Amino acid sequence: MGRGLRKLARQVGAVAATAILGGLLTAALVRNSPGADSDERLLDPRLDAASIAAIRAEHTNFLHAGFWRSPSLNRPISDLIAARLPVTLRLIGIGLLAAWGAALLLAILSRNAAFAGIAGVASACTLCLPSAVLAILVFSLGGPVGVVIPLVLFPRIFETVRNLLEHAYTLPHILTARAKGVSTAGILLRHALPVCAPELLALAGVSAIMAFGAAIPVETLCDVPGLGQLAWKAATARDLPLLVTLTLLIAIATQVVNAAADWLTPSTGQAA
Amino acid sequence: MSLRARIAAVVLGLILMASLCADWIPGMSYAQQHRDATSAAPSLRYPLGTDDLGRDRLARLLSATRISLLLAAAAAVGALVLASVAGGVAGYCGGWLDRCIVRAIDLMLSIPWLLLLLAVRALLPLNASPVASLVLTYALLAALGWASPARVVRAGVRNFRNSEFVLQARAEGCTETRVLLRHVLPNLKPTLLAQFWTSVPVFILSEANLGFLGLSAGEPFPTWGSLLRELQSPLLLRPEAFAPAAAIAITLLCFKMVTPWGGSQV
Repeated sequence: MGRGLRKLARQVGAVAATAILGGLLTAALVRNSPGADSDERLLDPRLDAASIAAIRAEHTNFLHAGFWRSPSLNRPISDLIAARLPVTLRLIGIGLLAAWGAALLLAILSRNAAFAGIAGVASACTLCLPSAVLAILVFSLGGPVGVVIPLVLFPRIFETVRNLLEHAYTLPHILTARAKGVSTAGILLRHALPVCAPELLALAGVSAIMAFGAAIPVETLCDVPGLGQLAWKAATARDLPLLVTLTLLIAIATQVVNAAADWLTPSTGQAA
Repeated sequence: MSLRARIAAVVLGLILMASLCADWIPGMSYAQQHRDATSAAPSLRYPLGTDDLGRDRLARLLSATRISLLLAAAAAVGALVLASVAGGVAGYCGGWLDRCIVRAIDLMLSIPWLLLLLAVRALLPLNASPVASLVLTYALLAALGWASPARVVRAGVRNFRNSEFVLQARAEGCTETRVLLRHVLPNLKPTLLAQFWTSVPVFILSEANLGFLGLSAGEPFPTWGSLLRELQSPLLLRPEAFAPAAAIAITLLCFKMVTPWGGSQV
């Protein structure tokens, strides 16, 4: 118990250190980056010298005002994030559930050669296309936007899960269980999956990060008003306060997810 | 090497050869604009048609293949150099330096790759020239793509740190730097080669996504990512506009089949 609490405290400390260091680093980057003093509006050829000077001053004032307002959207960053977070969470949540469901199902069925072939081809095809192209293909065919993230995540999860299960099925205690006549479902649920649980938990954390990465082109191209689209708008408008705040938040969120997966791992491992 | 891997290697070789002959095969430059044939359908003169500025799509696709393949490979080499330095120092020195580098690797890997690229790309000057923006895009991929290979290099160096040949080199009076550079790192050549083959497809996909969002190389340079932008306008959506996507898919599929570990990290 004491060891578990110490580990939890260490992970909370690591997340806090990430937040503090990341905050300091991003603030320094915003202030000192080569593009910090440039604004998209400055590219307008109709502007005269006085207007350019005024826009520069306005831009500098925004940067010095801190991380709380978005210069390009002229709204508090917290409002922007609060409005768009549920959309992204829903998209990512559905995507993760669908991708994990399909990957687990096909990895289990892949013990059959025909299913292994079909799943392998599907995995290879989706793995070799950029997520932006997958989004356009689904969008052009009139498919739901929610299908794209599972398509992006599926091959990455499927290949790892299939390899883990293949390895687990060669372990001596599973061979013994099979020799004793334990059913296929029993071997899978009571022996194979618990053996793979630590790696699967780690992969769950990584897949959440990948899901957000995939959400950026998907939300941008399919006009879904989520955090991914906000990040793209911030990047194209050079809204550095908004962009670095988003990056920092995502970094902290993924550290929390990874810490949670890491904290859960030993107990599952002992159970197995 | 299996038959499948051999076929993939041949296809990859043909793609590379065709891209290197980009200036001769279509018989016209990727930047040449034919005002009499804007948005032309595929024909004998323009096998993949032309874009809205009248530029030959085949010439642009072949040049984009050359730029994307060569610069992705160069970026992978750059990332591996950084990874060798960071991973080598962390694995060989250990202690607080190792902990700091491992923490930095964890932090880099915990941020979605595309978000990080968007953020850093936006920090760079807006008015960069086309050549500068092209080089910057791939330099960014190299600068941000070191974390994953660094973890593998660190593990490899830790394995070799106390091996017999390293102990013998130390006993013969080699300095620690010499041991690391002349004895440990050369033994990691297979690992580094594997990481190279894994990194190139990752960088190709990243550039494609970045280009699709309009944050890769500027005009007139064609890259696979910038060519994919044409897919964004539904009115121009023709089958031939998917040619860059097909080129990416075929190339990455070949990379996946040619590598013995199946390129599962793509």
